[in-house]
Amino acid sequence: MKGKPSFRFGPIWLALPGVAFLLIFFLWPTLHILVSAIWGGDSGFSLKALLAVFTSPSYSRVMTTTFTVAIQVTALCVLISYPLAYWLSRHSARRQRLMMMLILLPFWTSALVKNFAWLVLFGRNSSFAQLIMSMGGAGDRLLFNKTVVLFGIVHTLVPLCVIAMMPTLNQVNKSLLSAATTLGASPTQAFWQIFLPLSMRGVATAGLMIFITSLGFFITPSLLGSPRETMVGQLIIEQINELQNLQQGSAFGVILLAGAIIAVVLFDRVFGLSGMAGGSGQSQPDSPVRRFGLWLAGRIGDIFDPVARSYRNTFRGLPGSRLLGLYSVLVIAILLVPVIAIIPMAFTSGSFLAFPPPGFSLRWFDTYFASPIWMAATARSFGIGVACAALTIVVAGTVAFAVVRSGSRLAGAIFIFFMSPMIVPHLVISIGLFYLFAQMSLIATDVGLVLGHSVIATPVVFIIVLSTLRGHDWRLDDAALTLGASPHKAFFRITLPLISGGIVGGLITAFLISFEELTIALFIGGGLITTLPKQLWSDIFLQITPTLAAASVVVLGVVTVLFLLMEVISYWRKPA
Amino acid sequence: MHGSLVPMASTSSSASDAVKLHAQGICKFYDATAALNPIELKIFTGELLTLLGPSGSGKTTLLQLISGLVKPSSGRLIIDGRDQTDLEPYKRDIGVVFQNYSLFPHLTVQENIAFPLQMRGQSDRASATQVAGALDMVGLEKFGKRFPHELSGGQQQRVALARCLVYKPSLILMDESLSALDRKLREAMQVEIKRIHRETGSTIVFVTHDQEEALALSDRICLMNDGAIEQLGTPLELYDKPKSIFAATFIGTSNVISGEMVNATQIRSDISDGLIDIGGTPKNATPGRACSVAIRPEYVRIGDSGTGLLDGTIIEQIYAGSETRMMVELPHGSVFTVRVPGGAQRGRLGERVSLVWDSQHIRILES
Repeated sequence: MKGKPSFRFGPIWLALPGVAFLLIFFLWPTLHILVSAIWGGDSGFSLKALLAVFTSPSYSRVMTTTFTVAIQVTALCVLISYPLAYWLSRHSARRQRLMMMLILLPFWTSALVKNFAWLVLFGRNSSFAQLIMSMGGAGDRLLFNKTVVLFGIVHTLVPLCVIAMMPTLNQVNKSLLSAATTLGASPTQAFWQIFLPLSMRGVATAGLMIFITSLGFFITPSLLGSPRETMVGQLIIEQINELQNLQQGSAFGVILLAGAIIAVVLFDRVFGLSGMAGGSGQSQPDSPVRRFGLWLAGRIGDIFDPVARSYRNTFRGLPGSRLLGLYSVLVIAILLVPVIAIIPMAFTSGSFLAFPPPGFSLRWFDTYFASPIWMAATARSFGIGVACAALTIVVAGTVAFAVVRSGSRLAGAIFIFFMSPMIVPHLVISIGLFYLFAQMSLIATDVGLVLGHSVIATPVVFIIVLSTLRGHDWRLDDAALTLGASPHKAFFRITLPLISGGIVGGLITAFLISFEELTIALFIGGGLITTLPKQLWSDIFLQITPTLAAASVVVLGVVTVLFLLMEVISYWRKPA
Repeated sequence: MHGSLVPMASTSSSASDAVKLHAQGICKFYDATAALNPIELKIFTGELLTLLGPSGSGKTTLLQLISGLVKPSSGRLIIDGRDQTDLEPYKRDIGVVFQNYSLFPHLTVQENIAFPLQMRGQSDRASATQVAGALDMVGLEKFGKRFPHELSGGQQQRVALARCLVYKPSLILMDESLSALDRKLREAMQVEIKRIHRETGSTIVFVTHDQEEALALSDRICLMNDGAIEQLGTPLELYDKPKSIFAATFIGTSNVISGEMVNATQIRSDISDGLIDIGGTPKNATPGRACSVAIRPEYVRIGDSGTGLLDGTIIEQIYAGSETRMMVELPHGSVFTVRVPGGAQRGRLGERVSLVWDSQHIRILES
């Protein structure tokens, strides 16, 4: 009874250009790294570089530091973020949206700006640092040790962690908790036995993202750490950009990639990757992990139940929910400290960066705007950001459309493929592109930077457009057809206006990612052309002047305006 | 499963005998699963035909095939004497009122109603009067500037209707259009639809799973089950002369007695020790052959134990205002429903009673 086997230009073909883009600029270079790590230029096949990672004492120490820090950061981020996310999830959608702005602001503020602010705040002659030292007696200096590195990375990644957890926590039906209490559970038991198990998946997803991101982290250890806290990201930059040892750099990249893949495989074994698409994921009723998890949550509930009860009886004035609120406000405040502190620093009248500044002046902004180097970097960042946004929305948009509108079995595979740049550390993508662009003479070109930034922005924009398209009521398009609109009229009159919020959100997101991107810029810029973050980065090591704070404030201003714009648009797009 | 063997039934026609739409062996398969088996169906100009059936019966698939939003796996679709099987939906002279109304959320009520006129290249000025007229027709003159989400469900329903009526399509398809409304509103809209149908003279195909709605609205009902047409006829025919167990139980309530033929007019069933008179002769009355009959609850009377055709025990009484439904359990566990007008008491729970009926009310079922 099936129709004639005839070629049809179905929606899945729309994915072709986007898939080709990622094949060339993501998959091929990433695979190339695997080969480069074991294939030296002159010596042919050799495991020397890979073995050196484990045999060289200095390298293996860096590897140990990297993985230890990544695991500690993941644990700390999850533990700090979960109560905050839980607190946010209990608010009405409207209030939650407002409070999320306070998390999104530090999220969108680049890691470079935040860590630079901490560098000044924790500096020897900052009164902020003196205040902390007098309170805690943390020795005579706060900077350049493992604690401050951990603090810096955790501080940078907590917003990401909260944002990654929020959807799952919001999905948990709150009336289930009421149901549990009517069935005889105390609020404490209801949380541990019902809410926590249901939110575990979101916690694990957030943890996975944090682990992979922190593996390749190099900004914080470079700025706030001592050589003892060197992480593998710094080694890769050194090997490639300074020593031109491509094989050794690739070897490190392979280890990073292996770490990320092991984390993903573990995640898949416990939670199943297929559910990452937003589905619930199948859980086996008899899986030992599930049974152990439920058992553990139940026992912890039993332990905390009397604790909570005696707490309630002892501290009647400060109920637990109030305590949670207090904690959450404190975390949000700490997240905002560097974002806010950088502003007065930029308006200092002194010749050195200091907090608090001795007086007010605009001299460092004058310096910034008068400097041809800074102006060129700023203009380039804007141009590349716009080009990257345009390219990314086309690549991600067409593919998302194909995935949503085609019933083809390929759609699932394309979805996974387009998510995969998320699980490859940006450093690995950067080295891969460095090889590829060297062959294509795209090093130190704007085109190279645009392509590189687009690879990184693609999965994020893909998710944004995809969820917009999935949320779109396609029956409206059917309705338009029956009312006499041709398919292309229906697209422009009905589909496009209704999904424009997601499109603009995707454009702004891609611009922001590009505007703040440092890793790609470090490699592909080739030291010749420089973006705003790259210029900031080099100057921090060259000479720290208040101009850097002024430049940071410009970045912060651009980011804030755009992210607020995005919020406003998504607010307007959502009629009750 | 009747497959394509269902005969082309056109036992009665209402408005005229001109055929508006003729589905010739049309069917839809998804991979190997049949959403709709090949069917033959003629819809006459000016009639209101209901596609009635449970979910998965193929009624919505048939509607989508008529609208052109879904392409048939095979078969032809003749509308107004022209083969329109491969015609794009936007080139058909069809209006669809969707289950969820599908009002465009970014357009006002007026803009929604003007949309089909714009698509037909009408000037804004010309369409303005038509839009006003359509709003007037559904009683929403004052709501033109509102957005759909500012309206209640019933009002949205009216807007969807106005948007469909404004360009005067000669064939209107309604997909469970009233199912989201509450009972009172639904009944009011049924009256409205009947009025509009009379006034516009358009042909309406109405999909529903609600048998009461189908009985109330239709000139003819096309009862569907398992992707095939179960029975086609007027509401009276379907209620009074159901052909199958499915038809007898899906539309209204029926007490079904299954057994095997003993002679031309009697069957033996395990609900009773005696033979049951079926008041007629089925097509195939070979003794030993299986046979099912149905009797509506309103034709069953309750009498004192031992005086009737079947004896049983009252196990439940449901008072429903205009009638009381009694459930009577028979010796072998099957339950008969009896409908008694008003709140008249005919017995207590647990009481032994006897059931009586006239055999002329028994309907012999074909399957």
